[in-house]
Amino acid sequence: MTVRRIPTTPLGSRGGGALRRRLAVGCLVLLSLVLITLSFRSGDDGTLTGVQSAGATVLRPFAVGFERVAQPFRDVYGWADSLLEARSEAEKYRAEARELRQRVIQSEFALQENTYLRGLLDYLDSPRFPDDFHSIPAEVIGRPASAFTQAIVIAAGSQNGVRINDPVVTADGLVGLVTRVSGGSARIQLLTDQDAAVSAIDLRTSAPGVVRHARGTRETLVLDRVRKQDLIRRNDEIVTAGWRSGSLSSLYPKGIPIGRVTSVGQTDTDLFQQVQIDPYVDFGSLDAVLVLVPSERPR
Amino acid sequence: MSSGATLRGSALLFVAAMLQAVIVSSLVFGGGAPDLLLVVVVSLGLLRGSIPGAVFGFAGGLVVDLLTLETLGITSLVLTLAGFWAGRYAETSGRSRQLAPILAVGVITVLAASFALVLHYMLGEQIVVRHALVTALAPALVANLVLALPVYALVRELVQRRGDLEAAREVEVVV
Repeated sequence: MTVRRIPTTPLGSRGGGALRRRLAVGCLVLLSLVLITLSFRSGDDGTLTGVQSAGATVLRPFAVGFERVAQPFRDVYGWADSLLEARSEAEKYRAEARELRQRVIQSEFALQENTYLRGLLDYLDSPRFPDDFHSIPAEVIGRPASAFTQAIVIAAGSQNGVRINDPVVTADGLVGLVTRVSGGSARIQLLTDQDAAVSAIDLRTSAPGVVRHARGTRETLVLDRVRKQDLIRRNDEIVTAGWRSGSLSSLYPKGIPIGRVTSVGQTDTDLFQQVQIDPYVDFGSLDAVLVLVPSERPR
Repeated sequence: MSSGATLRGSALLFVAAMLQAVIVSSLVFGGGAPDLLLVVVVSLGLLRGSIPGAVFGFAGGLVVDLLTLETLGITSLVLTLAGFWAGRYAETSGRSRQLAPILAVGVITVLAASFALVLHYMLGEQIVVRHALVTALAPALVANLVLALPVYALVRELVQRRGDLEAAREVEVVV
Protein backbone atom coordinates (compact mmCIF):
# COMPACT_ATOMS: atom_id res chain seq x y z
CA MET A 1 0.00 0.00 0.00
CA THR A 2 1.42 3.38 -0.98
CA VAL A 3 0.32 6.92 -0.41
CA ARG A 4 0.72 9.39 -3.26
CA ARG A 5 0.01 13.05 -3.51
CA ILE A 6 -2.72 14.10 -5.90
CA PRO A 7 -1.99 17.21 -7.95
CA THR A 8 -4.45 19.77 -6.64
CA THR A 9 -6.71 21.72 -8.95
CA PRO A 10 -5.45 25.23 -8.54
CA LEU A 11 -7.75 28.03 -7.46
CA GLY A 12 -7.92 30.99 -9.78
CA SER A 13 -4.59 32.64 -9.08
CA ARG A 14 -2.63 29.85 -7.45
CA GLY A 15 -1.05 28.56 -10.61
CA GLY A 16 0.24 31.89 -11.81
CA GLY A 17 2.89 32.34 -9.19
CA ALA A 18 3.78 35.16 -6.88
CA LEU A 19 5.01 37.48 -9.62
CA ARG A 20 1.77 37.32 -11.58
CA ARG A 21 -0.20 37.90 -8.40
CA ARG A 22 1.85 40.90 -7.35
CA LEU A 23 1.74 42.33 -10.83
CA ALA A 24 -2.05 42.02 -11.01
CA VAL A 25 -2.78 43.59 -7.64
CA GLY A 26 -0.09 46.22 -8.21
CA CYS A 27 -1.73 47.27 -11.50
CA LEU A 28 -5.17 47.48 -9.88
CA VAL A 29 -3.87 49.51 -6.93
CA LEU A 30 -1.99 51.81 -9.30
CA LEU A 31 -5.09 52.23 -11.47
CA SER A 32 -7.16 53.07 -8.38
CA LEU A 33 -4.58 55.65 -7.27
CA VAL A 34 -4.54 57.22 -10.74
CA LEU A 35 -8.35 57.39 -10.70
CA ILE A 36 -8.35 58.98 -7.24
CA THR A 37 -5.73 61.54 -8.27
CA LEU A 38 -7.46 62.46 -11.53
CA SER A 39 -10.90 62.56 -9.92
CA PHE A 40 -9.65 64.64 -7.00
CA ARG A 41 -7.75 67.13 -9.14
CA SER A 42 -10.09 67.42 -12.11
CA GLY A 43 -12.77 69.41 -10.27
CA ASP A 44 -16.29 69.71 -11.60
CA ASP A 45 -15.56 70.03 -15.31
CA GLY A 46 -12.58 67.73 -15.91
CA THR A 47 -12.38 64.82 -18.33
CA LEU A 48 -12.85 62.22 -15.62
CA THR A 49 -15.95 64.05 -14.36
CA GLY A 50 -17.43 63.56 -17.83
CA VAL A 51 -16.57 59.86 -17.73
CA GLN A 52 -18.06 59.53 -14.26
CA SER A 53 -21.13 61.41 -15.38
CA ALA A 54 -21.55 59.06 -18.35
CA GLY A 55 -21.08 56.04 -16.07
CA ALA A 56 -23.64 57.39 -13.61
CA THR A 57 -26.09 57.93 -16.47
CA VAL A 58 -25.65 54.33 -17.64
CA LEU A 59 -26.16 52.99 -14.11
CA ARG A 60 -29.09 55.27 -13.31
CA PRO A 61 -31.86 53.03 -14.75
CA PHE A 62 -30.58 50.11 -12.69
CA ALA A 63 -30.50 52.25 -9.54
CA VAL A 64 -34.03 53.49 -10.18
CA GLY A 65 -35.17 49.89 -10.75
CA PHE A 66 -33.58 48.67 -7.51
CA GLU A 67 -35.06 51.63 -5.64
CA ARG A 68 -38.55 50.84 -6.97
CA VAL A 69 -38.23 47.18 -5.96
CA ALA A 70 -37.00 48.15 -2.49
CA GLN A 71 -39.61 50.84 -1.90
CA PRO A 72 -42.49 48.56 -0.71
CA PHE A 73 -40.15 46.88 1.78
CA ARG A 74 -38.91 50.25 2.96
CA ASP A 75 -42.51 51.42 3.34
CA VAL A 76 -43.43 48.39 5.43
CA TYR A 77 -40.40 48.95 7.66
CA GLY A 78 -41.24 52.64 8.00
CA TRP A 79 -44.90 51.90 8.74
CA ALA A 80 -44.05 49.37 11.47
CA ASP A 81 -41.45 51.70 12.93
CA SER A 82 -43.77 54.70 13.00
CA LEU A 83 -46.61 52.65 14.48
CA LEU A 84 -44.56 52.05 17.60
CA GLU A 85 -44.03 55.77 18.09
CA ALA A 86 -47.44 57.00 16.93
CA ARG A 87 -49.31 56.63 20.21
CA SER A 88 -46.71 58.45 22.28
CA GLU A 89 -46.40 61.23 19.75
CA ALA A 90 -50.13 61.84 19.19
CA GLU A 91 -50.63 63.72 22.46
CA LYS A 92 -47.50 65.77 21.90
CA TYR A 93 -48.73 66.83 18.46
CA ARG A 94 -52.20 67.76 19.78
CA ALA A 95 -50.61 70.16 22.27
CA GLU A 96 -48.35 71.50 19.55
CA ALA A 97 -51.32 72.07 17.23
CA ARG A 98 -53.09 74.15 19.90
CA GLU A 99 -50.00 76.29 20.35
CA LEU A 100 -49.51 76.66 16.60
CA ARG A 101 -53.11 77.86 16.07
CA GLN A 102 -52.35 80.76 18.40
CA ARG A 103 -49.13 81.53 16.61
CA VAL A 104 -50.77 81.47 13.15
CA ILE A 105 -53.12 84.26 14.23
CA GLN A 106 -50.24 86.33 15.59
CA SER A 107 -48.14 85.65 12.49
CA GLU A 108 -50.97 86.75 10.20
CA PHE A 109 -51.09 90.14 11.92
CA ALA A 110 -47.28 90.43 11.76
CA LEU A 111 -47.26 89.49 8.08
CA GLN A 112 -49.77 92.17 7.14
CA GLU A 113 -47.80 94.77 9.08
CA ASN A 114 -44.54 93.57 7.56
CA THR A 115 -45.87 93.76 3.97
CA TYR A 116 -47.14 97.28 4.56
CA LEU A 117 -43.81 98.49 6.05
CA ARG A 118 -41.74 96.86 3.29
CA GLY A 119 -43.85 98.66 0.74
CA LEU A 120 -43.10 101.95 2.47
CA LEU A 121 -39.32 101.36 2.60
CA ASP A 122 -38.79 99.73 -0.85
CA TYR A 123 -36.86 97.06 1.10
CA LEU A 124 -34.22 94.94 -0.73
CA ASP A 125 -34.08 91.41 0.68
CA SER A 126 -32.24 88.16 -0.02
CA PRO A 127 -34.16 85.37 -1.81
CA ARG A 128 -36.95 83.94 0.34
CA PHE A 129 -38.20 80.41 0.62
CA PRO A 130 -40.52 79.30 -0.94
CA ASP A 131 -41.66 82.44 -2.84
CA ASP A 132 -38.48 83.04 -4.88
CA PHE A 133 -37.89 79.41 -5.86
CA HIS A 134 -39.50 76.66 -7.83
CA SER A 135 -38.80 73.08 -6.89
CA ILE A 136 -37.67 70.01 -8.80
CA PRO A 137 -38.92 66.82 -7.14
CA ALA A 138 -36.45 63.93 -7.31
CA GLU A 139 -36.28 60.36 -6.11
CA VAL A 140 -33.35 59.24 -3.93
CA ILE A 141 -31.51 56.50 -5.84
CA GLY A 142 -28.27 56.04 -3.95
CA ARG A 143 -26.37 56.46 -0.76
CA PRO A 144 -22.57 56.38 -0.52
CA ALA A 145 -21.34 53.27 1.19
CA SER A 146 -18.83 54.79 3.57
CA ALA A 147 -19.26 56.13 7.08
CA PHE A 148 -17.17 59.17 6.19
CA THR A 149 -19.51 61.04 3.89
CA GLN A 150 -23.13 61.89 4.54
CA ALA A 151 -24.64 62.20 1.08
CA ILE A 152 -27.38 60.91 -1.19
CA VAL A 153 -27.74 60.59 -4.95
CA ILE A 154 -30.97 61.75 -6.61
CA ALA A 155 -32.51 60.94 -9.98
CA ALA A 156 -32.37 64.49 -11.31
CA GLY A 157 -29.40 66.21 -12.88
CA SER A 158 -28.32 68.99 -15.19
CA GLN A 159 -30.88 67.83 -17.79
CA ASN A 160 -33.60 68.69 -15.26
CA GLY A 161 -32.14 72.09 -14.41
CA VAL A 162 -30.22 71.10 -11.28
CA ARG A 163 -26.95 72.98 -10.72
CA ILE A 164 -24.15 72.77 -8.17
CA ASN A 165 -24.96 74.62 -4.90
CA ASP A 166 -28.74 74.38 -5.31
CA PRO A 167 -30.34 73.88 -1.89
CA VAL A 168 -32.33 70.72 -1.25
CA VAL A 169 -35.33 70.36 1.07
CA THR A 170 -38.20 68.08 2.01
CA ALA A 171 -41.56 69.03 3.45
CA ASP A 172 -39.93 68.72 6.90
CA GLY A 173 -37.01 71.06 6.35
CA LEU A 174 -33.50 71.54 4.99
CA VAL A 175 -31.69 68.49 3.64
CA GLY A 176 -28.47 69.87 2.17
CA LEU A 177 -26.79 71.17 -0.95
CA VAL A 178 -26.05 69.85 -4.45
CA THR A 179 -22.29 69.20 -4.67
CA ARG A 180 -21.96 67.24 -7.91
CA VAL A 181 -24.15 67.01 -10.98
CA SER A 182 -24.22 64.62 -13.90
CA GLY A 183 -26.73 64.54 -16.74
CA GLY A 184 -29.37 62.49 -14.98
CA SER A 185 -28.29 62.43 -11.36
CA ALA A 186 -26.86 64.66 -8.66
CA ARG A 187 -25.06 64.17 -5.39
CA ILE A 188 -26.42 65.97 -2.34
CA GLN A 189 -24.20 66.72 0.64
CA LEU A 190 -26.43 66.23 3.68
CA LEU A 191 -26.54 68.71 6.52
CA THR A 192 -25.08 65.95 8.73
CA ASP A 193 -21.87 65.80 6.68
CA GLN A 194 -18.69 66.90 8.44
CA ASP A 195 -18.03 69.55 5.80
CA ALA A 196 -21.54 71.08 5.76
CA ALA A 197 -22.26 74.43 7.43
CA VAL A 198 -25.31 76.68 7.21
CA SER A 199 -25.91 80.21 8.50
CA ALA A 200 -28.94 80.00 10.75
CA ILE A 201 -30.92 81.97 13.30
CA ASP A 202 -33.07 81.20 16.29
CA LEU A 203 -36.58 82.06 15.06
CA ARG A 204 -37.71 83.41 18.45
CA THR A 205 -34.76 85.67 19.26
CA SER A 206 -33.03 86.01 15.84
CA ALA A 207 -29.77 84.99 17.52
CA PRO A 208 -27.38 84.07 14.68
CA GLY A 209 -25.12 81.04 14.46
CA VAL A 210 -23.77 78.36 12.15
CA VAL A 211 -25.41 74.95 11.99
CA ARG A 212 -22.87 72.14 11.76
CA HIS A 213 -22.69 68.43 12.28
CA ALA A 214 -22.18 67.44 15.92
CA ARG A 215 -18.94 65.55 16.33
CA GLY A 216 -19.23 61.88 17.16
CA THR A 217 -22.88 61.38 16.31
CA ARG A 218 -24.55 60.65 13.02
CA GLU A 219 -27.71 62.74 13.01
CA THR A 220 -27.35 65.46 15.62
CA LEU A 221 -26.57 69.05 14.68
CA VAL A 222 -25.18 71.94 16.69
CA LEU A 223 -25.76 75.66 16.38
CA ASP A 224 -22.22 76.94 16.62
CA ARG A 225 -20.87 80.48 17.16
CA VAL A 226 -23.82 81.65 19.27
CA ARG A 227 -22.78 84.48 21.61
CA LYS A 228 -23.25 83.94 25.33
CA GLN A 229 -25.48 86.99 25.69
CA ASP A 230 -28.01 85.60 23.16
CA LEU A 231 -30.86 83.91 24.97
CA ILE A 232 -31.69 80.54 23.43
CA ARG A 233 -34.16 78.13 24.99
CA ARG A 234 -34.95 74.48 24.60
CA ASN A 235 -37.57 73.84 21.84
CA ASP A 236 -36.67 77.05 19.97
CA GLU A 237 -36.90 76.63 16.21
CA ILE A 238 -33.78 77.11 14.10
CA VAL A 239 -34.18 78.26 10.48
CA THR A 240 -31.78 79.30 7.72
CA ALA A 241 -30.60 82.92 7.98
CA GLY A 242 -30.32 83.66 4.26
CA TRP A 243 -27.99 86.65 4.48
CA ARG A 244 -27.08 89.04 1.70
CA SER A 245 -23.97 91.23 1.50
CA GLY A 246 -23.63 93.36 -1.62
CA SER A 247 -23.75 91.06 -4.62
CA LEU A 248 -23.07 88.01 -2.46
CA SER A 249 -25.82 86.04 -0.78
CA SER A 250 -26.14 82.82 1.20
CA LEU A 251 -26.51 79.59 -0.79
CA TYR A 252 -29.55 78.81 1.35
CA PRO A 253 -32.64 81.04 1.15
CA LYS A 254 -34.05 82.57 4.30
CA GLY A 255 -36.58 80.74 6.41
CA ILE A 256 -36.08 77.03 5.71
CA PRO A 257 -36.74 75.06 8.93
CA ILE A 258 -33.70 73.12 10.16
CA GLY A 259 -34.57 71.75 13.57
CA ARG A 260 -35.48 72.30 17.18
CA VAL A 261 -33.13 73.10 20.07
CA THR A 262 -32.75 70.13 22.41
CA SER A 263 -30.16 71.47 24.84
CA VAL A 264 -28.28 74.68 25.60
CA GLY A 265 -25.10 74.84 27.62
CA GLN A 266 -22.06 76.97 28.22
CA THR A 267 -18.80 76.82 30.09
CA ASP A 268 -16.62 79.58 31.48
CA THR A 269 -13.78 78.77 29.09
CA ASP A 270 -15.81 78.59 25.84
CA LEU A 271 -16.42 81.78 23.89
CA PHE A 272 -19.77 80.56 22.56
CA GLN A 273 -22.79 78.64 23.76
CA GLN A 274 -23.19 74.94 23.03
CA VAL A 275 -26.58 74.51 21.36
CA GLN A 276 -27.69 71.07 20.20
CA ILE A 277 -30.38 70.72 17.55
CA ASP A 278 -32.61 67.81 16.66
CA PRO A 279 -33.13 68.13 12.87
CA TYR A 280 -36.67 67.98 11.49
CA VAL A 281 -35.53 65.85 8.57
CA ASP A 282 -34.97 62.15 9.15
CA PHE A 283 -31.77 61.82 7.12
CA GLY A 284 -31.79 58.04 7.40
CA SER A 285 -35.06 57.52 5.53
CA LEU A 286 -35.07 60.00 2.69
CA ASP A 287 -37.04 58.68 -0.28
CA ALA A 288 -37.65 61.86 -2.25
CA VAL A 289 -36.46 65.47 -2.02
CA LEU A 290 -37.08 68.84 -3.63
CA VAL A 291 -34.23 70.73 -5.29
CA LEU A 292 -34.85 74.48 -5.00
CA VAL A 293 -34.08 76.39 -8.17
CA PRO A 294 -34.21 80.20 -8.16
CA SER A 295 -37.23 81.46 -10.10
CA GLU A 296 -35.00 83.95 -11.93
CA ARG A 297 -32.90 81.13 -13.46
CA PRO A 298 -34.09 80.28 -17.00
CA ARG A 299 -35.45 76.74 -17.24
CA MET B 1 -11.96 30.36 -13.38
CA SER B 2 -14.53 29.18 -15.95
CA SER B 3 -16.37 31.72 -18.05
CA GLY B 4 -19.70 30.63 -16.51
CA ALA B 5 -18.41 31.19 -12.98
CA THR B 6 -16.90 34.52 -14.01
CA LEU B 7 -20.20 35.61 -15.49
CA ARG B 8 -22.16 34.53 -12.41
CA GLY B 9 -19.60 36.18 -10.14
CA SER B 10 -19.79 39.42 -12.13
CA ALA B 11 -23.59 39.42 -12.07
CA LEU B 12 -23.60 38.77 -8.34
CA LEU B 13 -21.06 41.54 -7.79
CA PHE B 14 -23.10 44.02 -9.83
CA VAL B 15 -26.28 43.21 -7.91
CA ALA B 16 -24.40 43.50 -4.59
CA ALA B 17 -22.94 46.87 -5.62
CA MET B 18 -26.35 48.19 -6.63
CA LEU B 19 -27.98 46.87 -3.45
CA GLN B 20 -25.22 48.43 -1.37
CA ALA B 21 -25.52 51.86 -3.00
CA VAL B 22 -29.31 51.96 -3.22
CA ILE B 23 -30.60 50.09 -0.18
CA VAL B 24 -28.11 48.58 2.25
CA SER B 25 -26.25 51.82 3.04
CA SER B 26 -29.47 53.31 4.38
CA LEU B 27 -30.14 50.40 6.75
CA VAL B 28 -28.43 52.18 9.63
CA PHE B 29 -28.70 50.66 13.08
CA GLY B 30 -26.80 51.83 16.10
CA GLY B 31 -24.86 54.32 13.98
CA GLY B 32 -23.50 51.95 11.33
CA ALA B 33 -24.69 50.13 8.24
CA PRO B 34 -23.73 46.70 6.87
CA ASP B 35 -21.36 46.48 3.91
CA LEU B 36 -22.85 43.78 1.71
CA LEU B 37 -20.44 44.50 -1.14
CA LEU B 38 -17.41 44.01 1.10
CA VAL B 39 -18.78 40.67 2.32
CA VAL B 40 -19.41 39.53 -1.26
CA VAL B 41 -15.91 40.59 -2.37
CA VAL B 42 -14.32 38.80 0.60
CA SER B 43 -16.36 35.67 -0.19
CA LEU B 44 -15.30 35.80 -3.84
CA GLY B 45 -11.69 36.23 -2.75
CA LEU B 46 -11.92 33.25 -0.39
CA LEU B 47 -13.47 31.03 -3.03
CA ARG B 48 -11.61 32.10 -6.17
CA GLY B 49 -8.22 33.30 -4.95
CA SER B 50 -6.34 36.56 -4.65
CA ILE B 51 -6.28 37.78 -8.27
CA PRO B 52 -10.00 37.25 -8.97
CA GLY B 53 -10.70 38.68 -5.51
CA ALA B 54 -8.76 41.84 -6.31
CA VAL B 55 -10.36 42.18 -9.77
CA PHE B 56 -13.88 41.69 -8.39
CA GLY B 57 -13.12 44.18 -5.61
CA PHE B 58 -11.89 46.78 -8.08
CA ALA B 59 -14.92 46.33 -10.35
CA GLY B 60 -17.45 46.41 -7.51
CA GLY B 61 -15.87 49.53 -6.03
CA LEU B 62 -15.89 51.24 -9.41
CA VAL B 63 -19.64 50.61 -9.81
CA VAL B 64 -20.34 52.12 -6.37
CA ASP B 65 -18.07 55.13 -7.02
CA LEU B 66 -19.74 55.78 -10.38
CA LEU B 67 -23.25 55.47 -9.04
CA THR B 68 -22.76 57.58 -5.93
CA LEU B 69 -20.61 60.24 -7.70
CA GLU B 70 -17.97 59.60 -5.04
CA THR B 71 -14.30 60.46 -5.71
CA LEU B 72 -13.52 57.81 -8.32
CA GLY B 73 -11.19 55.03 -7.15
CA ILE B 74 -11.57 55.24 -3.37
CA THR B 75 -13.96 52.32 -2.93
CA SER B 76 -12.14 50.46 -5.72
CA LEU B 77 -8.82 50.73 -3.90
CA VAL B 78 -10.25 49.59 -0.56
CA LEU B 79 -12.13 46.65 -2.09
CA THR B 80 -9.21 45.63 -4.35
CA LEU B 81 -7.06 45.14 -1.27
CA ALA B 82 -9.94 43.50 0.62
CA GLY B 83 -10.48 40.94 -2.16
CA PHE B 84 -6.73 40.35 -2.46
CA TRP B 85 -6.24 39.81 1.28
CA ALA B 86 -9.17 37.40 1.43
CA GLY B 87 -7.76 35.48 -1.52
CA ARG B 88 -4.29 35.28 0.01
CA TYR B 89 -5.74 34.08 3.29
CA ALA B 90 -7.59 31.31 1.47
CA GLU B 91 -4.53 30.36 -0.56
CA THR B 92 -2.21 30.18 2.41
CA SER B 93 -4.09 28.84 5.41
CA GLY B 94 -7.78 29.56 5.58
CA ARG B 95 -9.22 27.48 2.75
CA SER B 96 -10.14 24.43 4.75
CA ARG B 97 -11.30 26.23 7.90
CA GLN B 98 -15.04 26.30 8.49
CA LEU B 99 -14.96 29.68 10.17
CA ALA B 100 -12.72 31.26 7.55
CA PRO B 101 -15.52 33.48 6.15
CA ILE B 102 -16.32 34.88 9.59
CA LEU B 103 -12.67 35.44 10.49
CA ALA B 104 -11.87 37.01 7.11
CA VAL B 105 -14.95 39.26 7.07
CA GLY B 106 -14.31 40.40 10.65
CA VAL B 107 -10.64 41.24 10.18
CA ILE B 108 -11.08 42.77 6.72
CA THR B 109 -14.03 44.93 7.86
CA VAL B 110 -11.83 46.50 10.54
CA LEU B 111 -8.82 46.86 8.23
CA ALA B 112 -10.92 48.28 5.38
CA ALA B 113 -12.55 50.84 7.67
CA SER B 114 -9.16 51.92 9.02
CA PHE B 115 -7.68 52.15 5.54
CA ALA B 116 -10.69 54.10 4.23
CA LEU B 117 -10.35 56.49 7.15
CA VAL B 118 -6.71 57.16 6.26
CA LEU B 119 -7.62 57.65 2.59
CA HIS B 120 -10.40 60.13 3.35
CA TYR B 121 -8.13 61.95 5.79
CA MET B 122 -5.41 62.23 3.15
CA LEU B 123 -7.94 63.67 0.72
CA GLY B 124 -8.60 66.50 3.15
CA GLU B 125 -12.00 65.43 4.45
CA GLN B 126 -12.97 66.14 8.04
CA ILE B 127 -12.95 62.86 9.90
CA VAL B 128 -14.15 62.11 13.41
CA VAL B 129 -12.05 59.09 14.28
CA ARG B 130 -14.24 58.05 17.20
CA HIS B 131 -17.33 58.06 15.00
CA ALA B 132 -15.63 56.24 12.14
CA LEU B 133 -13.85 53.58 14.18
CA VAL B 134 -16.27 53.08 17.08
CA THR B 135 -19.79 54.43 16.55
CA ALA B 136 -20.05 53.38 12.91
CA LEU B 137 -17.64 50.46 12.77
CA ALA B 138 -18.92 48.39 15.71
CA PRO B 139 -22.49 47.94 14.38
CA ALA B 140 -21.18 47.51 10.83
CA LEU B 141 -18.83 44.78 12.04
CA VAL B 142 -21.67 42.96 13.79
CA ALA B 143 -23.89 43.23 10.70
CA ASN B 144 -21.11 42.03 8.39
CA LEU B 145 -20.40 39.06 10.66
CA VAL B 146 -24.09 38.15 10.61
CA LEU B 147 -24.06 38.34 6.81
CA ALA B 148 -20.77 36.46 6.41
CA LEU B 149 -21.91 32.83 6.44
CA PRO B 150 -25.15 33.17 4.41
CA VAL B 151 -23.48 35.37 1.79
CA TYR B 152 -20.49 33.03 1.61
CA ALA B 153 -22.84 30.07 1.10
CA LEU B 154 -24.69 31.92 -1.66
CA VAL B 155 -21.48 32.97 -3.41
CA ARG B 156 -20.10 29.42 -3.15
CA GLU B 157 -23.30 28.06 -4.67
CA LEU B 158 -22.97 30.44 -7.61
CA VAL B 159 -19.27 30.50 -8.43
CA GLN B 160 -17.64 27.42 -6.94
CA ARG B 161 -16.60 24.70 -9.35
CA ARG B 162 -17.23 21.14 -8.23
CA GLY B 163 -13.57 20.22 -8.68
CA ASP B 164 -12.39 22.92 -6.31
CA LEU B 165 -13.88 21.25 -3.26
CA GLU B 166 -12.40 17.88 -4.16
CA ALA B 167 -9.01 19.48 -4.71
CA ALA B 168 -8.67 19.98 -0.97
CA ARG B 169 -7.84 16.28 -0.60
CA GLU B 170 -4.15 16.21 -1.21
CA VAL B 171 -3.32 12.53 -0.63
CA GLU B 172 -4.97 9.24 -1.46
CA VAL B 173 -4.32 5.69 -0.45
CA VAL B 174 -3.38 3.42 -3.37
CA VAL B 175 -3.69 -0.31 -2.68
